[in-house]
Amino acid sequence: MTYLAKPKLHHPSLAQNKVCYTRRDYEGRVSTLCAGCGHDSISAAIIQACWEMDVEPHRVAKMSGIGCSSKTPDYFLGNSHGFNTVHGRMPSVLTGANLANRSLLYLGVSGDGDSASIGIGQFAHVMRRGVNMVYILENNGVYGLTKGQFSATADQGSKSKKGAINTESPIDTISLALQMGATFVARGFSGDKKQLVPIIKAAIAHKGAAFIDVISPCVTFNNHAGSTKSYDYVREHNEAVNRVDFIPTRQEIVVDYAEGQVIEVEQHDGTVLLLRKLHRDYDPHDKVGAMNYITKHQAEGEVVTGLLYVDNDAGDLHEHLNTIDAPLNTLGAKQLSPGMAALEKINQRLR
Amino acid sequence: MRPTDTRDPDYFHKVVDCQWACPAHTPVPEYIRLVSAGRYDAAYMVNWWSNVFPGVLGRTCDRPCEPACRRSRVEEGNGEKPQPVAICRLKRVAADHKGEVAAQMPKPRPRNGKRVACVGGGPASMTVARDLALAGYQVTVFESDPKPGGFMRSQVPRFRLPESVIDEECGFITELGVEFRGGTRIGSLKDLLAQGWDAVFVGSGAPRARDLDLPGRKEAAAHIHLGIDWLASVSFGHVEKIGRRVIVLGGGNTAMDCCRSARRLGGEEVKVIVRSGFDEMKASPWEKEDAMHEGIPILNYHVPKTFEHEQGRLVAMTFELVRAEFDGNGRRTLVPTGAPDVRVECDDVLVAVGQENAFPWIERDIGLEFDRWGLPVLGAASLQSTLPRVFFGGDAAFGPKNIIWAVAHGHEAAVSIDKFLQGEDVNERPPPMVTLVSQKMGIHEWSYDNEITREQRQVVPWVAKELALSSIKVEVELGFDAQAACKEAARCLNCDAQTVFLKDACIECDACVDICPMDCITFTTNADEAELRKRLSAPALNLSQDLYVSDHVKTGRVMVKDEDVCLHCGLCAERCPTGAWDMQKFLLQTTKAGPGCRSKTTLGAAA
Ligand SMILES: Cc1cc2nc3c(=O)[nH]c(=O)nc-3n(C[C@H](O)[C@H](O)[C@H](O)COP(=O)(O)OP(=O)(O)OC[C@H]3O[C@@H](n4cnc5c(N)ncnc54)[C@H](O)[C@@H]3O)c2cc1C
Ligand SMILES: Cc1ncc(C[n+]2csc(CCOP(=O)(O)OP(=O)(O)O)c2C)c(N)n1
Ligand code: SF4
Ligand code: SF4
Ligand code: SF4
Ligand SMILES: [Mg+2]
Repeated sequence: MTYLAKPKLHHPSLAQNKVCYTRRDYEGRVSTLCAGCGHDSISAAIIQACWEMDVEPHRVAKMSGIGCSSKTPDYFLGNSHGFNTVHGRMPSVLTGANLANRSLLYLGVSGDGDSASIGIGQFAHVMRRGVNMVYILENNGVYGLTKGQFSATADQGSKSKKGAINTESPIDTISLALQMGATFVARGFSGDKKQLVPIIKAAIAHKGAAFIDVISPCVTFNNHAGSTKSYDYVREHNEAVNRVDFIPTRQEIVVDYAEGQVIEVEQHDGTVLLLRKLHRDYDPHDKVGAMNYITKHQAEGEVVTGLLYVDNDAGDLHEHLNTIDAPLNTLGAKQLSPGMAALEKINQRLR
Repeated sequence: MRPTDTRDPDYFHKVVDCQWACPAHTPVPEYIRLVSAGRYDAAYMVNWWSNVFPGVLGRTCDRPCEPACRRSRVEEGNGEKPQPVAICRLKRVAADHKGEVAAQMPKPRPRNGKRVACVGGGPASMTVARDLALAGYQVTVFESDPKPGGFMRSQVPRFRLPESVIDEECGFITELGVEFRGGTRIGSLKDLLAQGWDAVFVGSGAPRARDLDLPGRKEAAAHIHLGIDWLASVSFGHVEKIGRRVIVLGGGNTAMDCCRSARRLGGEEVKVIVRSGFDEMKASPWEKEDAMHEGIPILNYHVPKTFEHEQGRLVAMTFELVRAEFDGNGRRTLVPTGAPDVRVECDDVLVAVGQENAFPWIERDIGLEFDRWGLPVLGAASLQSTLPRVFFGGDAAFGPKNIIWAVAHGHEAAVSIDKFLQGEDVNERPPPMVTLVSQKMGIHEWSYDNEITREQRQVVPWVAKELALSSIKVEVELGFDAQAACKEAARCLNCDAQTVFLKDACIECDACVDICPMDCITFTTNADEAELRKRLSAPALNLSQDLYVSDHVKTGRVMVKDEDVCLHCGLCAERCPTGAWDMQKFLLQTTKAGPGCRSKTTLGAAA
């Protein structure tokens, strides 16, 4: 960590976005994480993505659990709403908040311990329900905050800093999210913002449960030889299936790609994702194909990254429940308690 | 781009913008830190070694360091009016607040038996004398005025520079055993050379004022004065008053000193009148501000036409009104506006339209060549003339400049004289002495204050205007007190705390990139400089500032740091998990005359 606050001085050319904020306005307090922690880079990617997306900071709710990763919402979007829940319980608090006020952008931030160990039940259900959110799992294969015990995402056979070998089978959060019904599933690497920032932007634009697993090395407890979540290991084994270019509207597509090189994905709100194919056969619309591909290649030791699955016609929890457009927390006493006559009408229907 | 070679002393030297811009290469951030620590004696000595006249320069320096100061660039686009650190006035703080420094003055080396004569007692000669006396030479300074100091004493008015400051700082030099022969004008270089000096340094300045040969000049001569002659007469107490209405012609610093002096000697209506536009005037912006602050209007685009006189007495001047026109090449011409001439009534006129070199005492048949502008032909670095024993410096070398340039020339000439008299090649210049030392004290602790203040430039307090104008001897500026000095010193970014990158330790975690408040750092694929400059986290548009480029890191990319607006806050180094970044203090001192400046071979032979 650093004791000094980051100076407010900025580069003279620092620009404002459409809502009149500079990138620096999306920063939070100075990070208390270990120097070099991958999580800090993810915070920087979130800041960059929110700035580029012209997100209004007061329209964002940051939700997290417990862990080094879950501490990070303090270090970005300092002017947004936030809730630091108990360990593994972020999904249910996020779901509740989303039900009460559907108009905010929900940013769930969690760790592999928080999501795949204590919180795995909640993780599965929030994906099933299709809560409209961006769920970022900062995956380092250990419980960083409690000094580096293997987490449930640690690969079998990988080695701890002290030399112990992990004997247990890992949980692949990507496959789990796919299986549970997440409609936008991606994997990134904290050391590659060029790939990560557009993925976060696309996830923000996605309506439905968007899940991003970001491999994020723990420099202090899991960045040694024998670890499969170290900077070196991930760089050596990273296999990106595609590169995302996020285009705010269809009119703005100017890039010319060779036929068969690019997949266009138009989202609900008119934004377009251009996926430059890096692997010829990879089709991000084919869920079963994606699951097979990931399982096969991960078994071969590859770290498969990119936008792995996206459902163009995704819906979300509010759609499933058929709630009204107005956020429920804006309804007044009159609407919430319409009186005896309305009750009578309902009762009539049930008779 | 090729990886930056940080072993070349110029690379990190350029990052210390102020020191690079200072002709004498004063280690500015080093003394500023000492000032903020209240260690005024040490701060003074750092200056003394480099610029010889810290008390004088802390009040009068042309301060080329300040326009170069990084502080203004980092404040650009950050709300306030961007302002450099008050480098010059912090130097004055060191001089004013110091205690007894005599004990810290170095002892000269034992005499080596060689004798050197300096002509003129200005800053150039006095610097040569100091450096050579310390190196063991017997130096004699010949000066036509009674006391040493040159133009510092005869031209710079007392309200800007009290005589006691000149006395003290010239005293430090004569104390080293330099012989000062005041009131001795050298009438012939030939005769001087015949006296058997081993070397002669010419620091006689640029003493001749340009005149304006306009109708009425001769008739009204009694009330038309040449600026530098008049200022010298004022300094030496020969002139004590001037008429009520005074016109000062010229737009340089001499004109500013003339008008402000006139205000103090009875001039109630003093005007500065210039041919050029206000912005093109040669005077420093602060000199113009100071003059206007004292109620002196500056009329621009007035070309002097005549001196009007009645019964042999000056009564007015007339001026033609012009405006500036620029041709396709941006060259300016002044064209008459056609408006009727302007008549300005006056009792006295001070002509301050420039100065020239004059060497009437140097014979043209002794082998010393002059160029077509009347300046001596010199080695650009060695300052050696075509008579190998004779060296030049200060205003005498390349025409009128300023005190700090005179000092810088003095150091270089002293090195040349030393090498010459030790039988060495004067064109082989000694490299500077450089150290680079880590400033890390603990995990997040540095030996310098790396917190960045948002404090604005402190304003130097002045004496009340009435008091200031009451006497030419009252110093106008009061200087910073300790508190203001501390606040001002904190604005310095410690640009000598260099960001040093060790590419082998880098794991490319991006921590430095993410924390850097100024977006200085980028990891990217290599390209040529023009391409790289566009591709960085923030565009590197200031071409005068270098890019620091590493060799390939593990992914094959390179680290590129734009030095331009780095705060030297050290956050990149605090954030780096592997110590690939470190903050290291770069201390550069130019090599002065003496054993250190001599080439290794000669040293070896002597030993
Ligand atoms: C009005 C005015 C104001 C100035 N203000 C500033 C300022 O604020 N800051 C700044 O940096 N610069 C200022 N300058 C410029 C600065 O004074 C000179 O650039 C500087 O003093 C040059 O130093 P020097 O050693 O080359 O010569 P000088 O300082 O000119 O000294 C030369 C000396 O040599 C003596 N001399 C000449 N010929 C002989 C001879 N034959 N025998 C014996 N002695 C001789 C002269 O009497 C003179 O004292 C000012 C100049 C003027 C005219
Ligand atoms: C209910 C509960 N159980 C256990 C803990 C102890 N604990 C704190 S953080 C943590 C694991 C965090 O791991 P992860 O989510 O991967 O975060 P990281 O620190 O690795 O980013 C645990 C087990 C706790 N705080 N609360
Ligand atoms: S312990 Fe690991 S995860 Fe936690 S801050 Fe340090 S490096 Fe990051
Ligand atoms: S900030 Fe300090 S070190 Fe940097 S250029 Fe200015 S005075 Fe020199
Ligand atoms: S010292 Fe490092 S972090 Fe600070 S501005 Fe310079 S490059 Fe950026
Ligand atoms: Mg973890």
